[in-house]
Amino acid sequence: MTAASAPAPVTEAPPDPVPVPAALKRAARRRRSVPYLLLLAGVVWLLVFFVAPMVYQASTSVQTGSLDTGFKVTWHFATYWDALTEYWPHFVRSLVYSGIATVLCLAIGYPLAYTIAFRAGRWRNVVLVLVIAPFFTSFLIRTLAWETILADQSPLVSFLNDIHVLDATTWLGLTEGHRVMATPLAVVCGLTYNFLPFMILPLYTSLERVDGRLHEASGDLYATPFTTFRKVTFPLSMPGVVAGTLLTFIPASGDYINAELLGSTNQKMIGNVIQSQFLRVLDYPTAAALSFILMAAILAIVTLYIRRAGTEELV
Amino acid sequence: MEQYEPLSPAQRAATQRSMTNGRGALARRSLLRAGALGAVATAGLTACGIPAASRTGSNTPSTDHSATEKIVNFSNWTEYIDVTDDGKHRPTLEAFTKRTGIKVNYTEDINDNVEFFGKIKPQLSAGQDTGRDLMVLTDWLAARMIRLGWIQQLNPANLPHAFTNLAQRFRNPDWDPGRAYSYPWQGIATCIAYNKKATGGRKVSSVSQLLDDASLKGRVALLSEMRDTIGMTLLDMGHAPETVTDDTYDAAIARIQKAVDSQQIRKFTGNDYTDGLSKGDIAACMAWAGDLVQLRLDDPDIEYVFPDAGFLFSTDNLLIPNKARHKTNAEKLIDYYYEPAVAAQVSAYINYVSPVAGVQPYLAKIDKSLADNPMIVPDAAMDAKSHQFRSLTQDEDTRYEEKFSKLIGA
Repeated sequence: MTAASAPAPVTEAPPDPVPVPAALKRAARRRRSVPYLLLLAGVVWLLVFFVAPMVYQASTSVQTGSLDTGFKVTWHFATYWDALTEYWPHFVRSLVYSGIATVLCLAIGYPLAYTIAFRAGRWRNVVLVLVIAPFFTSFLIRTLAWETILADQSPLVSFLNDIHVLDATTWLGLTEGHRVMATPLAVVCGLTYNFLPFMILPLYTSLERVDGRLHEASGDLYATPFTTFRKVTFPLSMPGVVAGTLLTFIPASGDYINAELLGSTNQKMIGNVIQSQFLRVLDYPTAAALSFILMAAILAIVTLYIRRAGTEELV
Repeated sequence: MEQYEPLSPAQRAATQRSMTNGRGALARRSLLRAGALGAVATAGLTACGIPAASRTGSNTPSTDHSATEKIVNFSNWTEYIDVTDDGKHRPTLEAFTKRTGIKVNYTEDINDNVEFFGKIKPQLSAGQDTGRDLMVLTDWLAARMIRLGWIQQLNPANLPHAFTNLAQRFRNPDWDPGRAYSYPWQGIATCIAYNKKATGGRKVSSVSQLLDDASLKGRVALLSEMRDTIGMTLLDMGHAPETVTDDTYDAAIARIQKAVDSQQIRKFTGNDYTDGLSKGDIAACMAWAGDLVQLRLDDPDIEYVFPDAGFLFSTDNLLIPNKARHKTNAEKLIDYYYEPAVAAQVSAYINYVSPVAGVQPYLAKIDKSLADNPMIVPDAAMDAKSHQFRSLTQDEDTRYEEKFSKLIGA
C-alpha cells in the first residue's frame, strides 16, 4: 500500500547554539513535504475513482424513487434486506462457482508455476510469455472461443460423451444431458480459464524466490522429495498462494461475462443480477445494495482467509 | 478465552490515563469532531440523489448549427446499412454527401437498446448534448425517450418524401401518433427459425412447439427482448399483445417459466442465436426475419416460419435527441432515406422490412427475388398476421421488466 511507504522518519536536529540560516530551514521543510507531494497523484486518483463512486453508490442504495421522477435519499435500508432475500441463491452460486474455479486454478497453476520456476531452464521466459499471451486478445473474444470449443457437436464434447465423462458430471449436476454449453461446468471452465494467469504469475514470483540450496539442504537431512515440497517449498510459496487465490477469487465472484455467454438461466451469477437491475429494470437502489452486499461478503471471506492463512506480508 | 482478573492498581491507572489524556482520550473535542464528521457524511449521502430523468416541461432549447456546420452525427446499429463488398464505402451515405455537401459521421455504436440507454442517460437527463444528431432505437425505447421528453419534434417542412412515402402500417404507433417525433429506419418481423438438420427434418411452426416439443429439449432459444418473447407467447395463447394486461402478462411468464424449469429452453439470446442456429446447438428459436434472409444464403438447412397465431412486428426508429447541433441536417438525411430508390438500395443489402411505400419497383430492378419476398415487402397476408406490443406506462415498464429478468435468470 502506498500509505505504508510514507515518509521516512525525520530525525529532529539536536538543539544547536549556532542559528540555522533561514534558507536551510526552508529547504528542510521542502524536503519534508516531498513525500506528501508525491502521494498527491495517488490520493487524488483514489478520491475520484474510488471514494467518490463508493459514496455515490452508498447513497443510491438507500434511495427510493423512479426513473421519471428521480431518486431521493429516504434512508430506505429495507432495500438491503429485500435484495438479500430475493437474490441469495445468486450470491451462493457466485461464491461456489468462483470457489471451484479458484481451486481448479490452483491445481492447474501450481504445477505450472513450479515447472517454470525450477525446471524451465532457458525456456522460462518463453513459457512466461505464453502464460500471458491470452491477454493479447480481448476477454470477450476469449470467452466466445469457449462457445466453439464446448459446442454440442464439437470434437471435445463428443469425446467426453464417448468416454462417458458427461454421464458422471450430469449425475453430479454439473452438466445437463449430453451437452456442456449452458451448464454450470461451462461457466466454471470459463472462469478457470480466464483467471488462470492471475494465479500463475504471483505463484511464479514467490516460487522463483525460493533458494534452491534449501532443497539440497532438505535432501541432505534425508527428506524425501515429497517431504521437501511439503515442509520447505510449499510453506515458502504461501504468499504467492494467498495472493494468487485472492486475485482469482475476488474478480471471479463478481464476473458476469462467463455466466452470460456460457451459462443459461440457472447459471446466472450475482454480477448478472446487478447488471440487469442497473440497465434493464432501472432499479438503481437494489443494484447498488447488491453491490455493497457482494463487497461486504467478499471482504468478510477474504479477512477470514488471510487470518487463517496467516500471511502478514501480503503485497 | 481469558479468565477475568482484576487489574492491578498500576494497570488501572494506566488505562485511566490513556482514556483521559493523550491521543486516545475520549475528550469533548474529539467527540465533537466525530459528530461533525458524521453529520458531513450524512449530508453528503443525502445530497447525492439521482435527479428526475424526465425533461418534460423543462425548457431545453437547442440551437441548430446546420447552416454553418455541414455535418450530421449518425449513430446506428452494426451491419444496418449498405456497404460495398470491400467494406470501405457506404454508397447511399456517400451519395447523400455528394448531393447535399453534408458530411455524415456514421458510427455503429448501438449494440443493445438497454445498454445504449445506460450510455446516453446521464447527458440526456441532465439536458446536455450527446454529440449525436440522429440515432436509431427500437419502439419501446423510442417510446420511453419521447415520454421522458428527450427527443425533438420533427419539422414536417424538411420531410416531404418521408411524409408522402411512409407506408401505411407505420403511420400511427400508439406512442407517437402521426409520427411527430420519429420515423422508422427499418421494420422487424419476429419469426420462428429452425435448423432442419438439427430437428431431423421436423418442421417447427408454433411457439407451443418451441415450449413443449420434447424432441427439442435443451435446444430451444428465446429472445432476450422482453416484448418479442412475451408478445409471441401471448399470441400463441390467443391473447393480443396490443391489449396486454397484468393477468395475461403473468400467464405468459408462467407458461415460459414452465418450459425453463423443465430445461426445454437452452438460452435467452440477442442477435447471437444466429451462431448457435447454424452450428445446430440451437435446433429452433425465436428470431428476427432480417437476420434469416442473410443466414439462409449461407446455410440452406435453416428455415423460418411465421406462426399461424400471428407474429410480432416492431420498428427501429430514427430520433433526434435534445441539444443535437445539426437538426435540419439530420432531417434532410431522414428524408433522403425515404426516397424509394435509396430505400431500395438499403433494403437490398440488409433485408429488413422497408418502411417506404413504393420501394418495390426499385427493388425489382436490383433483384427480382427480393421484391417478391414478403419479409422485405410484406403482403396483405403478412399484414393480417402482424401485431404490435402496446406501449407501457412507466410503472408497468418497471414491473414487467423485473418479472422478465427474473424469468431469464437474473
